[in-house]
Amino acid sequence: MKLDELARLHRQMLVIRRAEERLKKLFADGLVPGFLHLSIGQEAVPVGVSQALTDNDTVSSNHRGHGHTLAKGVDLNGFFAEILGKATGLCKGRGGSMHVADLSKGMLGANGIVGAGLPITTGSALALKMQGQGNIAVVYFGDGALAEGVLHECLNMAALWKLPILFVCENNGWSEFSPTERQLATSLDKLAKAFSIKYSAVDGNVVADVTTTAARLVKTMRKTSAPAILECSTTRVRGHFEGDRQDYRDGDEIAALSERDPIRLNAAEMAKAGGTPEMLAEIADSVDAEIEAATEAALEAPLPSSADILADVYTKVAG
Amino acid sequence: MAEIRYIKAVNQALADAMEADPTVFLIGEDIGAAGGSFKATRDLLDKFGPERVYDSPISEAAITGMAVGAALTGMRPVVEIMFMDFTTLSMDMLVNQAAKARSMFGGQGSVPMVLRTPHGGGLNAGPQHSQCLEAWFAHVPGLRVVCPSNPADAYGLLRAAIDDPDPVIVVENKALYAMKGDLPDDREPIEIGKGRIVRPGRDATVVSYGAAVAMAQTAAETMAEEGIEVEVIDLRSIQPWDEDLVLESLTRTHNLVVAHEAVEAFGVGAEIVARMADIGFDQLDGPILRVGAPFAPSPFGKTLEDAYRPDASQIVAALRRTLA
Ligand SMILES: Cc1ncc(C[n+]2csc(CCOP(=O)(O)OP(=O)(O)O)c2C)c(N)n1
Ligand SMILES: [Mg+2]
Repeated sequence: MKLDELARLHRQMLVIRRAEERLKKLFADGLVPGFLHLSIGQEAVPVGVSQALTDNDTVSSNHRGHGHTLAKGVDLNGFFAEILGKATGLCKGRGGSMHVADLSKGMLGANGIVGAGLPITTGSALALKMQGQGNIAVVYFGDGALAEGVLHECLNMAALWKLPILFVCENNGWSEFSPTERQLATSLDKLAKAFSIKYSAVDGNVVADVTTTAARLVKTMRKTSAPAILECSTTRVRGHFEGDRQDYRDGDEIAALSERDPIRLNAAEMAKAGGTPEMLAEIADSVDAEIEAATEAALEAPLPSSADILADVYTKVAG
Repeated sequence: MAEIRYIKAVNQALADAMEADPTVFLIGEDIGAAGGSFKATRDLLDKFGPERVYDSPISEAAITGMAVGAALTGMRPVVEIMFMDFTTLSMDMLVNQAAKARSMFGGQGSVPMVLRTPHGGGLNAGPQHSQCLEAWFAHVPGLRVVCPSNPADAYGLLRAAIDDPDPVIVVENKALYAMKGDLPDDREPIEIGKGRIVRPGRDATVVSYGAAVAMAQTAAETMAEEGIEVEVIDLRSIQPWDEDLVLESLTRTHNLVVAHEAVEAFGVGAEIVARMADIGFDQLDGPILRVGAPFAPSPFGKTLEDAYRPDASQIVAALRRTLA
C-alpha cells in the first residue's frame, strides 16, 4: 500500500484512538454519564472496512461502537456531545455511547442488545437490494454475539435470499469477563461453511489487510449481492467497560497487546514506505486539535431540556 | 358498499397499500404461495411477485428485526406473525429496537413498519395459540396498537397503520376472520387513536375492542329488554386510546364497564379503569368494573375454553353490579 493511503488510514485510526482516550479521561473525571465501552486496540477494523463504503451504504453496530461510528464519517462534534449527553448531540443526548446513530450517514445505530444489529442490518440489506442501487449493508458484532440465536436466523436468511450484507465479526477473544472458548462450541468459519456464505479471515489489527480484504468483498457484493463474512481477530485493550479492572485477565496477556497495537503496526508500515517521524507528528497534532475542539464544544454545550421528555417518541402526536 | 369478510378486508387493505406505495412489502411465514395460515395474503404473491411478498423461514426475531432495518432504510414493511403467541420471539426487535429508534436517535428518521398478528380463542387452539397479549405492547412507549372489531375497521385501520410513520401492531381476532360486513366504497384509512360509539345509550357505558365489541352489543340488547340503555364504545385503537370519547360517554351515563377477551388482570381494562377513576371520578355512580378472561392460560378443551372466554352474560352481570 502506498504511503499516502497508509497515512490516511493512520489518521482515521488516530481520530478514534484519541477520541476514546479523551472520553476515558472525561469518564474518569465523572463527565460521561452511563457506561463507556472503549474499542482501543480495535480501530483498524472499522477504518479498513469503511474505506469500501459510501454514505449510501448502511452500517449498524454494537455496544463497542465508537470506532464504527466515527469511521462511517459522522460529525465529531455531534459524536462527542452525544456521549456527554448534551442537547447538541447527534441524538440530542437521548442515546449516549450505546445508541449513537446518524441516519444521514447510513449509520443505523450502535446497540445495547448483543446481536440486535444483525437482523436490523439484514433487513437494511433487503431494502437496499429492493432499491437496486448496488448499495450494501455492514453489521459489526463481537465474538460474543456468535452465541445469540438470531445470528443463525440471519446467516440463513442472508444466504437464502442473497442479501448484500457483510457480517464483520470483531473477535477479541472476550465477551465481557468470559473468554470465547467458554462461550462457543464452534467457530465462525464453520458456521459460514454450514450456511454456504463466503468467509474471509484477516488480522484485524493490520489496517491495510482489513482494507484490501473488505474492498475485495464489497466490490463483489455490489455486483452479486451475495452475503459475506469477514472475521477480524483483534484486541480489546481496556476492560469490558471503563471501571472494569480486568482482574480476570492475565497481566502478561494485557502487556503483550501493545505489540499488536494497530496504530503502532501501521506506523511501522508507513516507515517502511518512506514515512517520517515528522509526518506522524503532523498527523497527531492535527487530530489532537480536532479532538480538543470537539471536546470543548461538547463540554460547553447545553444539557437537554426536561421539557422535551416526550419529544420524538412518536412522529406525529395522535388525537 | 360491498359485503366482505374480515380476512378479505385485510387482504384488500394489503393489496391497496401495495398498489399505492411501491415501498410497501410483505414478509412472513407461509404468506407467499400458500397465502398465509389464515389466507390474509391470498393471491398477493401472484399479483405483486416475490420481490414484494417474502415467504420467510420460521425466524420471527429475524423477520421482525429485518422489518426494523428495512424501515430505517426507506421501506414500509408489513410483517405477519402467524399467531400472536409467537410475538414472544419478536420481542427484542419490537420493544428494544422498533419502539425506541426514533426517540433514542433524537428524532432522526422513524420506523414505519406494521406487524399484523391474530389473537384470541374460540378455535380450541390451546394455550400457545390463543393468547391476547396486546396489553404488553400498549405498555411500550413508541408502539401503537390497534384492534379492529369488524371488516370495515380491519381495512381502514390496517391502511392507517401502513401509512403511519411509526411502528404499529395490528391485532386481528382470528375468530372474526370469517365475519361479514360492509366495506365502504371510498375505502379510507381510519384515524388511529379514535374510538367509535357503536350503540348509543344513557344508563351505562361498555368500553370494548376486538371480539368483545359484539359481546358488548349482545349484552346491551339484553339490558334494553329491561329498559336499560347501554352505550357501547369500540375503542378501535388501544395505544393511544380515545380517552376523550370514554370520558364524554361517562359524563352522560355515569356507569362504566370495560370488557376484553384478554386476561382481566393487569390488562388494557386496568389502564382505562385507572384513568377514569382519576379524571372521571366525579361522574361515577357505581364501581367501574372489568370483564376479561380468568388468570389462567387459555385452555384447550371445548368446555374449558368456552368457560374461559368472556361472553355477553358476564358483561350483563357486570352492568347489573355497577348499576345496583
Ligand atoms: C442480549 C444481551 N445480553 C447480554 C448483554 C450484556 N453484555 C453486553 S456486552 C456483552 C459481551 C459482548 O461480547 P462481544 O460481542 O464479544 O463484544 P465485545 O464486548 O467483546 O466487543 C454482554 C454479555 C447485552 N447487552 N445484551
Ligand atoms: Mg468480544
